[in-house]
Amino acid sequence: MTTLAAIEDLSVAFRQGSRSVTALDSVNLTINSGERLAIIGESGSGKSTLALALAGLLPASAEQIGKIHWPNGRPLPGRDIGMVFQDPSASLDPVLTIGEQVAEGAVAHLGLDWKAARLRARDLLARVQLPDPQSLLHAFPHQLSGGQRQRVAIAAAIAAGPVLLIADEATSALDTIVQAEIVALLRSLVAEEGMTLLFITHDIALASSLADRIAVFRQAKLVEIGTSADITRHPREFYTASLLAAHIDLTTPPLIGERA
Amino acid sequence: MQRSGKLVIRRLIGSIPVLLIVLVGTFFLLELASGDAVDAYLASSGGGDAGLVQTLRADWGLDQSPLTRLGLYLWNIAHLDFGHSVLLNRPILDVVLERLPNTLLLMGSAVALSFGIGSLLGIVAGSRPGSVRDRLLSIGSLALYAVPSFWLGLVLVVVFSVQLRWLPLSGIETLASGKAGFDRAWDILRHLVLPVGALALIYLALYLRLMRTGMVEVWRQDFVLAARAKGLSRHRIVWRHVARNALLPLITMLGLQSATMLGGSVVIESVFSIPGLGRLAQEAVSGRDTPLLMGIIVISAMLVIVTNLIVDVVYAMLDPRVGASEASA
Amino acid sequence: MSLVARFTRSPEGLFGAAVLAALIVIALGAPFLFPRDPLSIVGPPLTAPFTNWSLPLGTDRLGRDVLAELVHGSRASLLVGFAATLAAIIIGASVGTVAGFAGGLVDEVLMRVVDAFQTVPGFLLALAFVSVIGASLPVVVLAIALGAWTGPARLARAEVLSLRERDYVAAARVIGMHPAEIAFRQILPNALAPVLALSAVIVAGAILTEAALSFLGLGDPNIVTWGSMIAEGRAVLRSAPFLSIIPGIALVVTVLGVYLFGEGLSEALSRRAVRS
Repeated sequence: MTTLAAIEDLSVAFRQGSRSVTALDSVNLTINSGERLAIIGESGSGKSTLALALAGLLPASAEQIGKIHWPNGRPLPGRDIGMVFQDPSASLDPVLTIGEQVAEGAVAHLGLDWKAARLRARDLLARVQLPDPQSLLHAFPHQLSGGQRQRVAIAAAIAAGPVLLIADEATSALDTIVQAEIVALLRSLVAEEGMTLLFITHDIALASSLADRIAVFRQAKLVEIGTSADITRHPREFYTASLLAAHIDLTTPPLIGERA
Repeated sequence: MQRSGKLVIRRLIGSIPVLLIVLVGTFFLLELASGDAVDAYLASSGGGDAGLVQTLRADWGLDQSPLTRLGLYLWNIAHLDFGHSVLLNRPILDVVLERLPNTLLLMGSAVALSFGIGSLLGIVAGSRPGSVRDRLLSIGSLALYAVPSFWLGLVLVVVFSVQLRWLPLSGIETLASGKAGFDRAWDILRHLVLPVGALALIYLALYLRLMRTGMVEVWRQDFVLAARAKGLSRHRIVWRHVARNALLPLITMLGLQSATMLGGSVVIESVFSIPGLGRLAQEAVSGRDTPLLMGIIVISAMLVIVTNLIVDVVYAMLDPRVGASEASA
Repeated sequence: MSLVARFTRSPEGLFGAAVLAALIVIALGAPFLFPRDPLSIVGPPLTAPFTNWSLPLGTDRLGRDVLAELVHGSRASLLVGFAATLAAIIIGASVGTVAGFAGGLVDEVLMRVVDAFQTVPGFLLALAFVSVIGASLPVVVLAIALGAWTGPARLARAEVLSLRERDYVAAARVIGMHPAEIAFRQILPNALAPVLALSAVIVAGAILTEAALSFLGLGDPNIVTWGSMIAEGRAVLRSAPFLSIIPGIALVVTVLGVYLFGEGLSEALSRRAVRS
């Protein structure tokens, strides 16, 4: 098992006026090549900050202490790391065509000219299971549904063939069925390309169905990390157990209407 | 293109009630003007007897009730008869059409310059918000926008015409010089430098600020973060993504500014003695020729409507979301 | 944080407020600083500025004290600026609130009227108004207001439309408040904040429009205004450019002060407390 990235004692703080908000506090985490790692946490746990720190997209006002070791050399966003964001209606440029937005990563990093890049974009759109990719190249984001836009975002993120794909709450804004489709798509894509997947979510059930390992975050700290099976069946930390207990599905007894 | 066609037709139909309101309004103002066209005519032609007054009144339909006269007024306008200028003793439409090209040339050049340079500088300022050049450009543009255009015109005249003697003082071309073709064009260009400059400098500030604000707003959007996550070059992000989106409010502003610019032409044409529509308006005021002034107002309103229409079409071309709700999915 | 406290955090706003305050003091104090009629002749004509300490800014073509004219001229600019803006806001906010609250045909008709006023160039409209009714200060104020009320009207209407559906309005309806009372006591105060932020821009525009009207000879002929001073100086532009330049500088400083005050005000009024 080779290491893709080793996060060592990483702390990130954001300056807001005179105050300083800690987003990550002494995080130690190793990401293995080819694995599917889920980052679980509630709002404010620091999971998105971790994603931005890995991708090198932290704002200039952020203070970062600690290091991230990349054995294969510093990654370049786009070429080595692809990112998919939560809101598909906001993460695509409304005035440019789908084709251009999927192709531009290939032009920037693969040295393709626009004609070749568009062909590659068409193929990518087919791979993310969108119908009629040829005409989609000339379509605009507002003409697509949420799920379709997220597929486009995924295609755009992997256009340059990155080794790491970070999905930051990529399914949280979608309907349940669409959510499942996107998760299935991610699983197959990652397997086909041999990419490493970092899947950030607040939904522990989703995480356990997709990931090999789960890392639990709470209030800027890494609380627990282990294999999916271990975490869901034998959580060691109280917080992890509470998260699992709070998860509601069809097997959960009714919350109201019946006395226990 | 089909989308644009439907847009144009809808907007044209929608502007008819607006134009009607403008016409009724100008008619009302005409009524308010003390004395009517006949009095003005007689005042300028040296008086006449009661019989002449009555004949003229009947001829020009001025002895009818206000409502009838409104109907007559609207009917005439529909036939492009804007009435008669007492001051110049010619049909108003002819006079206006004669002066219009000069104003359009002045306005068009000023808009093109201010929009082009202003938006470019705005992109420069907005690509690094908070930087030194951004603060300088922001403060400079605010100060420039505070300058009265006619005063700036005078200052430019003092510096360039009086002191440096580089450029001519006034007018749109050297009169009776007999120049033609390229020489004439060059002559007109030299005459236009100062007036266009005065106007353009001030409106440049507006587009600069708008573009800068737009850039700052667009930088915050998710798709810009996504573009950065794709590792695109800074150049591409600034120009192809951010500026392209920030451009949209400026196009809208172009339409809104067309009315303001037409108004601004009055003072500039006065300062530089350019024989355009604005100066004609001033002449109408000092010559107490209210029908001419109203004719200018109505035609200006029509110009503004047409300009807004063109701007809307351009906007629809740049923003694919426009008309999406009506178009089939 | 209170409005005043938020305002003081903006250096531009404070600078603008200082300039405005100084101008208001000067304008109010004009009759005391220069009790003599500014249009009276006090010295030899076309005296250059800074040559004679009793006439610091020199004299104009007729020998009138430029500094006295300048100080008295501030009264016209500020008065017209504020009065026209007040009128524009009152007219505009009322029309906008009625349109937004009533909806339907009333809204449509009122919006077409707003469109009509926006289609006619504001300056031409002011020209026409002054020309038809006659040039005096109240007419100039009204003429400028007629060109400026459309902005507040649209803004007020937009605010009303967004506030109309809020819960506290529904609550007021449920307890039986009369629609007019709801419109003016509940909605209008909340809709006012962005309109106030717009007001600085209107004041600035009103001051510049008044100057332009005076420059063209269409202002009140009985008083001194900066615009009329610039027009007067035009006749001697070659020999005594300072006569036109000095009042222009006063205009730039005044309008800049208004803009800066407005920026500070809109930052203080904006609901977002943090600026990145």
